[in-house]
Amino acid sequence: MAADAAKQAEGSRNREVVFETRGLTKTYLMGEVEIHALQGVDLDLYAGELVVMLGASGSGKSTLLNIMGGLDTATSGSVRYRDQDLTHASEKALTLFRRDHVGFVFQFYNLIASLTARENVAIVTEISRDPMPPEEALALVGLKERLDHFPAQLSGGEQQRVAIARAIAKQPAVLLCDEPTGALDSKTGIQVLEALKHINEEMQTTVAIITHNEVIGEMADRVIRLRDGRVEDIHEHERRREPGELRW
Amino acid sequence: MRALNRKLLRDLATLKGQAAAIAMVIASGVMTLMIAVTTLDALTLTQQRFYEDFHFADVFADLTRAPEGVGERLRAIPGVNRVETRVKASVRLEVPGFDEPVRGLLLSIPDGREPLLNQLYLREGRLPDPGRADEVAVSDAFAEAHGLRAGDPVLAIIRGRLTTLRVSGTVLSPEHVYQIAPTDLLPDYRRYGILWMNRRALASAYGMEGAFNNVALSLEAGGSEAEVIAHVDRILARYGGIGAHGRDDQHSHRFLHEELKQLRAQAVILPTIFMLVSAFLLNVVLSRIIRNQREQVAVLKAFGYRNLDIALHYGMLTGLIVALGSALGIGLGLWAGSGLAVIYTEYFRFPELSFRLQAWVILLSVGVAAGAAMLGTLRAVWGAVQLPPAEGMRPEPPARFRKGWLERSALRHWLDQPARIILRNVGRHPLKSSLSVVGIAMSLGLLVMGAYQLNAVDHMIDTQYRQVMRMDLHLTFSDPTPARVQSELRHLPGVLAVETYRAVPVRLLAGHREYRTSVLGMDERPYLRQLLDGQQRPQRLPPEGLLLTDYLAQDLGLRIGDRVRLEVQEGHRQTVTVPLVGVVDEPLGVGAYMWRPAVNRLMREGPAVNGAWLLIDEQREAALFDRLWDLPGVASVGMISESERNIREYMADTILMFALVFVLLATSIAFAVVYNNARIAFAERSRELATLQVLGYSRGEVSWILVGEILLLTLAALPVGWLIGTGFAWALNQAFSVDMFRVPLVLTPGAYGFATAVVLAASVAAVALVVRRLHRLDKVSVLKAVE
Repeated sequence: MAADAAKQAEGSRNREVVFETRGLTKTYLMGEVEIHALQGVDLDLYAGELVVMLGASGSGKSTLLNIMGGLDTATSGSVRYRDQDLTHASEKALTLFRRDHVGFVFQFYNLIASLTARENVAIVTEISRDPMPPEEALALVGLKERLDHFPAQLSGGEQQRVAIARAIAKQPAVLLCDEPTGALDSKTGIQVLEALKHINEEMQTTVAIITHNEVIGEMADRVIRLRDGRVEDIHEHERRREPGELRW
Repeated sequence: MRALNRKLLRDLATLKGQAAAIAMVIASGVMTLMIAVTTLDALTLTQQRFYEDFHFADVFADLTRAPEGVGERLRAIPGVNRVETRVKASVRLEVPGFDEPVRGLLLSIPDGREPLLNQLYLREGRLPDPGRADEVAVSDAFAEAHGLRAGDPVLAIIRGRLTTLRVSGTVLSPEHVYQIAPTDLLPDYRRYGILWMNRRALASAYGMEGAFNNVALSLEAGGSEAEVIAHVDRILARYGGIGAHGRDDQHSHRFLHEELKQLRAQAVILPTIFMLVSAFLLNVVLSRIIRNQREQVAVLKAFGYRNLDIALHYGMLTGLIVALGSALGIGLGLWAGSGLAVIYTEYFRFPELSFRLQAWVILLSVGVAAGAAMLGTLRAVWGAVQLPPAEGMRPEPPARFRKGWLERSALRHWLDQPARIILRNVGRHPLKSSLSVVGIAMSLGLLVMGAYQLNAVDHMIDTQYRQVMRMDLHLTFSDPTPARVQSELRHLPGVLAVETYRAVPVRLLAGHREYRTSVLGMDERPYLRQLLDGQQRPQRLPPEGLLLTDYLAQDLGLRIGDRVRLEVQEGHRQTVTVPLVGVVDEPLGVGAYMWRPAVNRLMREGPAVNGAWLLIDEQREAALFDRLWDLPGVASVGMISESERNIREYMADTILMFALVFVLLATSIAFAVVYNNARIAFAERSRELATLQVLGYSRGEVSWILVGEILLLTLAALPVGWLIGTGFAWALNQAFSVDMFRVPLVLTPGAYGFATAVVLAASVAAVALVVRRLHRLDKVSVLKAVE
């Protein structure tokens, strides 16, 4: 743990911190079972980096992402986004925070089935301050030919890319991705990862990807391992690998 | 269009069946509210205008005869504005080409001009020429019924003399908006006519020269009606006055007033029921949608949509359904309103009855519908607003199931797996299951109430005309006649039985309440005109004491044994206190009854009668009518079968028409509720059912899980629905009890049976539709899709 802190301290000298969590815990009830999802997490995320958070299911990675994204609140500890304290932010403030700064990508895409690809993106750009046109966002993920298709008419990979377009269309500072390739085969998964990398490089967006697939970690600037609700290890890569080089 | 709004429209498109069903219920509520309020408004306004423009009098009095000079004394009463003395004569009429007896009322108007009070609205032709003694203006309803035009002849027997009168024109009067003969309950324009004749001509024909026998007065602003009435009574007492009365006891006004009272009840009860049902349905549907879309809600929130946006989104979904229902309801209301206008102009004779649709009525109806919808959906929308976004992203935890008491009982060995699934599904959400049961029960209740109206009206008329009024003809005499007239009548051709009565106008007083009616002095054991007790058994009249219609006794706050003050309104005008010895159960009209010798004693007269009931041989009806015409003392002849036919027609036009529409609406609601339930059960179970099919269950077995659940809920709803229906019928019965009739609270097994059959049929249809869907279910895709 001491080594981790030192590493983080070194990194923070030349990089701007986007997220900062200290002593974060989260307990919730699932049905009749009490779940201790986070048990004291100290972590910093830096501007423009691509991090991969690895961990088995139940390690607390989704909960951590939800709290950083302002979808959920912590039971104790603190979380900051730049100079904004999210720990005690009101629901209204969290809503504005999500609206202005965060893009989400979910494992099961969570597209609205009754809306076309373009409309699924538009539903977000309509409430954003400085969005790109939905068509442009869809072009960025390679879907400019399928603007008017409904989710049921798209493959899984295409649906996930629509979800990414939806997330990046408002030009967020951070993109939080929860198992973005979890429901996809490896070939399609790699296409989705390429889209994420493209966004990270083109738009300087901080990208955090949650996965339990070790291989994906190789394309990250840093790999953060979680276990039983704690940060187990942080590993920094000298060189990121291209998504196209990954195999699983 | 915004993407969120597109989602709204597409959500609505997938819901179209359910949305249409709910919109239909809303439409019913909007329509009934609109009709009731519009009619109420139209009648009130028209009545007010007609009364004002044509100077409807405030106080009315009948008397035997007073010299014209007495009019001056009446004019001098403080608080009196105008006075119009009149000659009023009950006559028998004969219209060429119409064989049956016709009763007539002749009223005088000043020669060649409009009276000061109760002025006439000229529909056609002109008022009688002052120079002609034979001209009459006739009520337009009577003219219409007989096709009478200006110049046509009408024969009248005035004081035993046959006179030929000529129609000068047709008119309407604020005094006779509702035109019924004194002993009738409903207008019969062919057999009762009102005619206006020049004062001098009528006075000379009726032997009233220089005198009057009826007077109408209007009050000055601030004049006290009670004081003026007391004053008028004092002045007219020695001229045979039978008690002045205000508008409240004026026949036409009273009926109009009762009609308005009924409309007011209608304006509240029926729309309330429909709006409650629509609120309930919206609650069920919207809760389900929101539960289904919790992940979408979470995504929207994750991307920064505010709670308000989410609330508005689902609020708009409700709003669209309300808008659809309202538009439909307004259309239906307009259509039905104009139909109703025709019916009302038939019964209430106004110069014009303008049914105008006012913006505020539409706003009110739509507002009530929207309010009910909001009430119904508030909880579900609040749930969406409250949903924490992160929780929405997680799959819903598996529902908690328990073993119910049935499964722990000895029955458990009989339950197979599907039966267990059914029981646990029902038991899992006791609130939701009970809401479904309540929904089905409510629609069943509405059907019971509709069927009740259809049955009870028949029952009411049957009771009145099979058990109470068993005579064929009803005669009234112009003056009290010695009782031996009974044997004279008995010997007329075709007469099988005769009973006579003595009717005397009275005022009944109990505490501060009063009621004007006639007390009927009858035989000790009347047979042709029965007095039934609560168990429908004929009662006998005791030598002393009074019997009242139960509704009247209740209205006066009297119980058996209480004493009631009885003021005779004619002759010596005695006041006596008599005990109430019994109540009479009769559905139509209200009355007071005594033994005839007791009435004769009260009047200080010998055995006299002024009316008779006859049972006749229909074959010899024509011969009998010929002879009746020749009897000078007979003032009127009424045919009971005609009154029965009239009241049946009236009921068919009003209550039954309404009940029929109501039953149709209730049927559609029953289907909507059951189908909604089935559809939702299907949507919630489709994964489970597909899984079972994949595991090797047959379609039939899988269908049974769904069918069994719907069946279980429907069966559970039956007794509840019967109870709710009984309650609805009771409420309607209370609201619709008026002087004219009381629909009895008779709920036949047929009513329950009919309602139950409709609900079961709706269940079968709904189940069939849903099972068809189940068979088309793509098992694999359902299993793959993420809920």
